[in-house]
Amino acid sequence: MSAAAAQPYEPDISSTKRGGKAARRGVLYLAAIFFSVFAALPFAWMVFTVFKSNQDLYNGQNVPFRFNEGSPTLDNIRLLWNQTNYPTFLQNTVVVSILVVIITLLVAVPAAYSLTRLVGRWGENLGIAIFLVYLIPPTLLFIPMTRVVAVLGLKNSMFSMVVVYPTFTIPFCTWLMMGFFKSVPWDIEEQAMIDGYSRVGAIWRAVLPVSLPGILTVIVFTVALTLHEFVYALAFVTSSSEKPVSTGVTTELIRGDVFFWQSLMAAAAIVAIPVALLYTLFLDRFVAGFTLGAVKG
Amino acid sequence: MASVEVREIVKQFGENAPAVDHISLTAQDGEFLVLLGPSGCGKTTLLRMIGGLEPPTSGDVVIGNHVVTHLPPRARRIAMVFQSYALYPHMSVHDNIAFPLRAQGTPKAEQEKRINWAASILGLDGLMKRKPRQLSGGQRQRVALARALVREPSVFLLDEPLSNLDAQRRASARDELQQFQRSIGTTTIYVTHDQVEAMGMGDRIAVLNLGTVRQIGTPQEIYDDPADTFVATFLGSPPMNLVERGTMLHGFRPEHFSPAAWHDAANPFERFSFVPHREEYLGAERLIYGEVGDEKVVARFPATTQLDFSIGHPVEFGVATRHMRYFDAESGVRSYETP
Ligand SMILES: Nc1ncnc2c1ncn2[C@@H]1O[C@H](COP(=O)(O)OP(=O)(O)OP(=O)(O)O)[C@@H](O)[C@H]1O
Ligand SMILES: [Mg+2]
Repeated sequence: MSAAAAQPYEPDISSTKRGGKAARRGVLYLAAIFFSVFAALPFAWMVFTVFKSNQDLYNGQNVPFRFNEGSPTLDNIRLLWNQTNYPTFLQNTVVVSILVVIITLLVAVPAAYSLTRLVGRWGENLGIAIFLVYLIPPTLLFIPMTRVVAVLGLKNSMFSMVVVYPTFTIPFCTWLMMGFFKSVPWDIEEQAMIDGYSRVGAIWRAVLPVSLPGILTVIVFTVALTLHEFVYALAFVTSSSEKPVSTGVTTELIRGDVFFWQSLMAAAAIVAIPVALLYTLFLDRFVAGFTLGAVKG
Repeated sequence: MASVEVREIVKQFGENAPAVDHISLTAQDGEFLVLLGPSGCGKTTLLRMIGGLEPPTSGDVVIGNHVVTHLPPRARRIAMVFQSYALYPHMSVHDNIAFPLRAQGTPKAEQEKRINWAASILGLDGLMKRKPRQLSGGQRQRVALARALVREPSVFLLDEPLSNLDAQRRASARDELQQFQRSIGTTTIYVTHDQVEAMGMGDRIAVLNLGTVRQIGTPQEIYDDPADTFVATFLGSPPMNLVERGTMLHGFRPEHFSPAAWHDAANPFERFSFVPHREEYLGAERLIYGEVGDEKVVARFPATTQLDFSIGHPVEFGVATRHMRYFDAESGVRSYETP
């Protein structure tokens, strides 16, 4: 018998120091608060700026996160709405986003499905190769793209963006969607085929509903990518009536070296807030263990 | 109702040895056929080919006298329960069971009638609104069975449906499943690697190893008359003892191995010099582990039997000649001549 076994039994409580739990909790909350503030501050700054008068904004002594001098004003939004083409920019952005989302879904979802179901290492490698395309910077690509846009007769039309944006949304979303399809068990697709559907029917009835979080993610990312794209929009669209928000407001609200900061921030906030809401709305669906219980275990 | 037959069926994945290698077998109309074999022997692959989920490399699948090799799964009128249950995670229990009926376009009222029937048979009445993730393993299995059931298929293909249940539930599920199959009389092919399940449930058992059928027969035939040493040692726990003598392996079941003194001189028996090493008491029976020559053998006795030998001391044992089975030492194949 070993020496340890001869001793009377004692649990090892040194590993569960008192207060350890509370301390861990505290650190966790501190970290959470730090990162929330870190993420929220620029956003708050933007929103405060929207309602500030010039004298408040341009005094370097003033705190950005409260109204110091002069009362909050809606003048900046009025300026944005009435004296620029902002409503048109918004409308263009919405049209372009919707069309790009549709094109992206139509291509990326079937592509991702076939790549995940492609047996062997081919599918995986092809997926990575497709993702690499996304990494080529638009500052290089816009030169050849200009030719393409010209040939298609879409110069100076917002539909040039509808044609060009899928070149980066499709690779990114294909790769994203592959991750989701990989987590869908093959079994349920085959089960649907046993239960009486063709392969396409099985995908439609069993695979896509389970992949809904992935499809929502693709939509949100495509919208976000479309909203913040700048280089192509700048290169292909010059007339104000065809511009999206990203290039429209910067050309109209930066006049020489005069920045209309409050109106610029208003333009950004009006776009950012719906996107932020969209994210939070679907967050549960993204995170929820959506394949739990599909297979045993 | 239909019989199911596979003819010289082969499945080769890439360059590997074939997963299923020229298997031919038939499940008669209404029969409960068990495919039994160790892990990786090709059971699931064979079942998937019958179901139409895996195209065979060569050979044919015949259901009810129709060659269905090139028909898609939905045309084969089969129901399959996967090893994983494969419930649709986004649907309630009710919708899971309704799924195949919707696929067939069964009228709504008829759907509900059948769903209720299947749910009550399998005791799912209180669970209809739950999602699969809110069910226990046993409940999931019953949902999978109910979903297989509602379509009133011609053939059931079941892939280790009980493997996720604890021992107690498994015993009762085995019983329910078998009763159920008897009562509806649907041809059933049941895959398992559990010999107790196979022996208890099957009308016949096909023993598979390395993609081939080693033997097919009733549980009794498989147990009493194994076709080779693989079958002899795969079934029975502990399995058949094999003692090499000359060019032959002499096989006998542990329950037939007893002190020579107990044998009746009128019935011929074969003698073995047995050295018992260890006794294992299992409640209803006891197992004596030991050696003959230098080969390990086991003897099994009812726990109530008085044993008149002691551990560690050599003792003469014997096996009635009619219980001896002989195998070729080289190939392992059964030999019907007494050496
Ligand atoms: N899609 C596949 N690609 C390559 N090899 C495969 C594939 N499916 C099965 N195999 C191989 O075929 C052989 C038989 O597999 P199978 O799944 O039929 O075994 P099994 O008898 O069902 O085993 P278990 O009892 O573990 O379920 C195994 O060696 C397996 O690795
Ligand atoms: Mg298997």
